[in-house]
Amino acid sequence: MRRKPSPFALPRIIEEAIRASIPATSRRDFLKTSGALVISAIPASKGLAQAASESAGPYPDPDYLELDTWIVIHPDNTATFFVGKTDGGQGTGTAFRQMMCDELDIAYDMTSLVMGTTDITPDQGGSGGSDAIEVDGWPMRRTAAEARRVLLELASDELGAPVAELTARKGIVSLTGNPSRSVTYADLIGGRRFDVSLTGRNINATTGIAEVKSAQDLEVIGQSIPRYDIPAKVDGSLTWAVDVKIPGMVHARNIRPPMAGAQLASVDESSVSGMPGFVAVVRRANYLAVVFEREEQAINGARALRAEWTPPAEAPFPSSDNLYDFIRSQEPVASSDPIVSGNPEAVLSSSEHVVEAEYEVPFQGHTAIGPAHAMADPSDGQMTIYSNDMKSYGLRNGVAEFLNMPRDKVRVVYMDGPQVYGRTAADDAGFEAAYLAHELGRPVRVQWMRDEETAWDTKGPAFTFKLRGSLDADNTLNALEYEARCLDYNHLWYNDPETVLIAQLMGIRSDEPARGSSPTPAVQYGIEHQRLAGHVVSLPMIWETPLRCGNLRDPNGPQVTYAFESFIDEMAAAANADPIEFRLKMIEESAEDARFRKVRSLATLRQAAETFGWDSRPSPNPNVAETSGPIASGRGVAYTHRNGTVVAVIAEAQVNKDTGRIFVNRLVCAHDCGLVINPANLKYTVECGMLHGLSRALWEEVKFDEEKVTSVDWASHPSMRHSDTPESIEVVIVNGDPNPDRPDMPHYGAGEASHKPMIAAIANAVYDATGVRLRRIPFRPDLVLEELLAQS
Amino acid sequence: MEIHMALFTLNINGASQEVDVDPSTPLLYVLRNDLDLKGPRFGCGLAQCGACTAIIDGVAVRTCVTPVSAVTGNITTLEGLAQNGQLDPLQQAWIDEQVPQCGYCQNGQILNARVLLDNNPNPTDAEIRQGMEGVLCRCMSYYRIQAAIKRAASNSTASYIDAMASDTQEATS
Repeated sequence: MRRKPSPFALPRIIEEAIRASIPATSRRDFLKTSGALVISAIPASKGLAQAASESAGPYPDPDYLELDTWIVIHPDNTATFFVGKTDGGQGTGTAFRQMMCDELDIAYDMTSLVMGTTDITPDQGGSGGSDAIEVDGWPMRRTAAEARRVLLELASDELGAPVAELTARKGIVSLTGNPSRSVTYADLIGGRRFDVSLTGRNINATTGIAEVKSAQDLEVIGQSIPRYDIPAKVDGSLTWAVDVKIPGMVHARNIRPPMAGAQLASVDESSVSGMPGFVAVVRRANYLAVVFEREEQAINGARALRAEWTPPAEAPFPSSDNLYDFIRSQEPVASSDPIVSGNPEAVLSSSEHVVEAEYEVPFQGHTAIGPAHAMADPSDGQMTIYSNDMKSYGLRNGVAEFLNMPRDKVRVVYMDGPQVYGRTAADDAGFEAAYLAHELGRPVRVQWMRDEETAWDTKGPAFTFKLRGSLDADNTLNALEYEARCLDYNHLWYNDPETVLIAQLMGIRSDEPARGSSPTPAVQYGIEHQRLAGHVVSLPMIWETPLRCGNLRDPNGPQVTYAFESFIDEMAAAANADPIEFRLKMIEESAEDARFRKVRSLATLRQAAETFGWDSRPSPNPNVAETSGPIASGRGVAYTHRNGTVVAVIAEAQVNKDTGRIFVNRLVCAHDCGLVINPANLKYTVECGMLHGLSRALWEEVKFDEEKVTSVDWASHPSMRHSDTPESIEVVIVNGDPNPDRPDMPHYGAGEASHKPMIAAIANAVYDATGVRLRRIPFRPDLVLEELLAQS
Repeated sequence: MEIHMALFTLNINGASQEVDVDPSTPLLYVLRNDLDLKGPRFGCGLAQCGACTAIIDGVAVRTCVTPVSAVTGNITTLEGLAQNGQLDPLQQAWIDEQVPQCGYCQNGQILNARVLLDNNPNPTDAEIRQGMEGVLCRCMSYYRIQAAIKRAASNSTASYIDAMASDTQEATS
C-alpha cells in the first residue's frame, strides 16, 4: 500500500535547517541557526502555520533510514529531534527529548523536538495504544545513539585520539581525563548532514551500528523535567490547531441528519443565501454543510438552513433503555475462538458453590472538551491540513485517497488540541475540511458544535457480560466462564476513507464492515478450568449512525476489566476471602510469565496494599450494619495489565445511602511500567488516567431514543467535575522486575493502564461499603439509589 | 437580508480595540477571530464548560453566550493575566504543579481560579471545589488544578523541582 519513500529524500525542514544555518542562503526561517529557540518560539508566533503556507510542496515522506531525518545538530551546538509521534498532553514529547538527549549526550535544554508533521518528521504512525514510550521510544534512542557514535568518530579524527579515549558530555567531546582538549558537536557537524544510513525492516526496527546505553548509564532519563509545552499552555501564547488562520479562509458548519439513517430529500439554499457572509451550501448525498465568511455567520446559517429529511423505514437502533435486552437477544455476527483450559463446564455443573453475575456497560464517548475541528488549505494545488489528529500520517494518507490526490501533495501539520484518547472525530473533521477546501478552492475551517461532538463522535462499544465461577472445598476459584457480547460491529479504524463519517454520508460503503472485537480480560490468574469467549453483535443500522464505535482509551479494556475484576471480587466475597489475598493466590498459581508479569503483578498488588494500609478482611466491610447516618465507606481493589505495564488500583469510596451519591475520596495506584523516563510526568498521567476512569464509572453514558442520540451536551451527558475529585491520590512507581537493576530494563507505557481498572475498583469499593454490587455502568446517584433499594 | 454591523470599542487587556461586527456576535468570536486572541476557546457554546471564559470587571464571564453588544467594562483574557512580564501567581502555580494534560480547558480553569482567589484569597478545599464546579476538564486534571490553586493561595515558594524530589522515590520490591 505505502509508497516507498525515495532513499534520497531529505525532509524540507532539515534542508531548511541546514540552509538557514549558512547565512543568507534561505528566505524561509522555519528553523534558524538556533533551532532550540526558534522551535520553542513557534507556538508563540505564526511560525508554524506561516512557514507551512509558504512552502508549496510536494511533500515527500522523510526517509526514516537516514539519520538526518531524526536529528539535526545546529551551528550553535543545539540539536533538534524529529519524531513521528504526537503528544495528547501526556508529556510524551518531553520524554522523547529526554530519551534522545541521553543517548546523544547532550543537555536537555540544548534541544528541541518537532512532532507528527507528515513532511518533516518520519512516519511513526502518530500516537495510540499508550505505546509511545514502549515501542516508538526505541528507534529514537537508537538513532540518537548512532548520532553519538558518528560524532565520536569525527572527534577521534579531530582530536587525534581513539574513540575509546574520548568522553562525550553535554554536546562536547573531550579527551578522557583531559577536558582541555575538546571539540563541540557543532564544530564537528553543526549545520551539516550526517549522511549516515540506518537499517531496519520497518520504522520501529530502525537502528544504526551503535548500541543504546545501559539503564545504569542513563542520566536525563529518570529526571522529573517539567514539560516544555506547559508554559505556553498557561500563558495563552500557544497556537493550537483551532487558532490557525489563513488569508482567504472561510468557516464551515455541518448539518447532521436529525435522525440516524435519514435521507436528505431537499435543501432550500435560498433560506440562507441572503444571509450576511454567505459563501456556499455544499451537499453530496446526505452530507450537508454551510460555508460563510465569518464563524458566527456559519453557526447562524447552519441553524437557519431549511432541509427536508426522509426518516428511515425502520428504527436504526433500540433506545438506550432497551439496549441490554437488545444485545442479549441478538445472534452474534462474529465470535472469537474461545480460550479454554480444563473442563469448566463439568466442574461448574458438579460444583456446590457456583456464583453467576451479569454486567452491563453503555456506549461511552470521547466527547472532547473542544469539539472536533480542522483547517484545510488547498493553495497551489496542494492540500495542507492543520489538525490535532493523533494519527497525522493516517489522516494524510486517508485524505489523499479520499480526494484522489497524490500522497505527496497532501500533508498534515500536527498541532496541539483537545484530548485525543483514540479514534476521535478529529479524523472526521480533517476529511470534511479537506473536502470542502477542495470543492471551494479556499482555505476552510471546520468546527463541530457541542451537540454534534457529543452525539456523533465515535463511541466505546456497549457490552453485556455473563460470568460464572465455582469454588472448591478450599474456597479456591477452580472454574470460570466468561462470555462477553460487544456491540462493536463495523468498528471504525483511523482515518479510513471508506468509513469516515463524511464518506458514509456520501453513500460510500466498505465491502466488508470491520468485525469489531470482544476481547478477553488481561490478568495473570491461574484458574484451572476456564472458558473465555467473546461475541460481537450488531445494531440494525451500521452506516450513517451516531452509534459508531472506534477506539476509546484502551479500546475495550475498561469495560472488560470492570466486569472481570468485579466478578473476581464477587468470588472473593463468596469465598469469604480478602480480595487482595484472593488475587495474589491466583497470580501465584499462574503458569504464564511473559515479561516477568507474574512476579511484577505480585509486587504491584502488594505495593498497592502496603501504600493504602490495607487490612486483611473479606468484603463487605463488617461495619456496614453498624454504620449510623447515611454515609457508608469502603475500599475496593482492581488489577490488570496493559501491554508491558502492570497496575493495581485501590479506591476508597463513600456512598450516601439516602441519595445514592458516590464520592471516591481516596485513590492509590501502584504502577510498574519498567524504566521510568520522567517520574513526575508519569505520575500525573497515571492520575488523570485514573480520574478519566472515575468519570466513566460515575457519570458517562450515551443515551438515545429510537431515532437519535439524546445526550448532547454537558447537562444531558454529565462528566466528572471538581466536586468529584478525590481528596487524596497516591501513585507509587513500582519496579517489580526480578532483576530490578537489569541494564536492558525496558520502558513500558502509561495512561491507558491506570484508566483500565478504575471502574472495577470503584464498584468493588461500593460493595465493600454497602454490600450492594453495581453491575451496570454508570453509577449515577439515581441508578445507585435504585440498586441500593433493590438489593437491600 | 440586511446586514446590521456596528462599531464597538472594547477595552481588552489594558488596550482599547475597535471592532465592526454584528451586535449579536458572541464575544468569543470577536476575541478569537477579530482580535486574534487564543486564550478563550470554544467548548460548548452553551455556557456549560467554561473554556471560553474571560474576566470582565472582576467577573468570570462565559463569552460564548455573551453578545458583544452587551459588553461594557474591562476585559481580561488569559493573555492579559501576566503583569509587567511576570506570570500571575496562578499561572506560575500551574507550571509548578504541571497541571495540564492537553490543556485545552485550562484558560477557563485559570481565569475562574483567578476570580475565586480575588474574592476569597484563602479558600478551603470545599470552597475551591464549589467555586470551580462549573469548569470542566475532560483530561480530568482536577486534582492538579486544585493543588495549583492551593499553592497559589498559600503563596508557596517551594519550587517544582523541590516538590518532585520528595515524591519520585521509587518503591521497589
